[in-house]
Amino acid sequence: MPELLFSPGDRVLVRDETPPHHHRTPWYVKARRGVVLEFIGMYLDSETRAHGGSGLPELPMYRVEFDQTELWPEYAESPGDKLWVDLYEHWLQRA
Amino acid sequence: MSEGKDRGGFYDTGWQPAGDVHRDEDGRPHDHPGLQEDVVLGVRASRALAMHELLVEKGVIGGHDVDDAIELWSERVPSNGATLVAKAWVDPEFKARLLEHPKETVVESGFVPEHNADIIVLENTSTVQHMVVCTLCSCYPTALLGPPPDWYKSFSYRSRAVTEPRAVMSEFGLELEEDVEVRVVDSNSELRFLVLPRRPAGTEGWSEERLATLVTRDSMIGVSAPLSPDSVQN
Repeated sequence: MPELLFSPGDRVLVRDETPPHHHRTPWYVKARRGVVLEFIGMYLDSETRAHGGSGLPELPMYRVEFDQTELWPEYAESPGDKLWVDLYEHWLQRA
Repeated sequence: MSEGKDRGGFYDTGWQPAGDVHRDEDGRPHDHPGLQEDVVLGVRASRALAMHELLVEKGVIGGHDVDDAIELWSERVPSNGATLVAKAWVDPEFKARLLEHPKETVVESGFVPEHNADIIVLENTSTVQHMVVCTLCSCYPTALLGPPPDWYKSFSYRSRAVTEPRAVMSEFGLELEEDVEVRVVDSNSELRFLVLPRRPAGTEGWSEERLATLVTRDSMIGVSAPLSPDSVQN
């Protein structure tokens, strides 16, 4: 188990990158700021697994919460609404 | 059904398989239950059947694999999830375990998570409404809800669920107060999310079985509420 870079409550910024390979970080959270809710476990790396790799070593994954108004500046439904998504550690940087 | 007639009927393109067909792994000839001699298969059904025969002949799949898969899928139905929800509504200890150790509790309850995926149960309250979407594809707790409905896989739902969730819920008949927090959960393929909806008022004293009839698939995706007690015949 590697040392985790993030703890619950940490403010994070999702990397604004578009690697040429398969990745599961939705575009709409890239370059957006959120808060780490929890470390949810070690998971196989889907980015190498999708291309015939083993997915090893497993990587830390976190559940991250975003304000809808951070994701969509024009969001008008209710200012308290949130979105959760699970992201691999290497997509996150300290905000 | 005789074998010769069988073969001639299915391989009507003129293609003839090498060796004997319609034999189980142990060599016993078998029939295709439900197919009558006088049923003429369409070209797609014929092709599927021919592919199936070939895959079995080449040893890619076993003779019973397709039947087993069909049986497995027939066991994946929304009433699985409804059973868990109804039990959680009447049994606080079960509910606590379902929320704390969801996968173990699902397995203990006799359900088999697809791809051995982890399962997370999200509890709706008077102040929070969860709504599940998979914007990348169609990840969905099939072991508990069956195959996802077409709308769940549609581009429209996958984009609108994250940009205007309340408008989507409204179309499913759910109107929320503005101070209820809508929490959209974008599903990831390693995890499956099941929403635990709120127990409807007016169901005090109901049995688990009766409560389960109120728990709809859509309420466990989080786009609507369970049925109201006066909407079902009891």
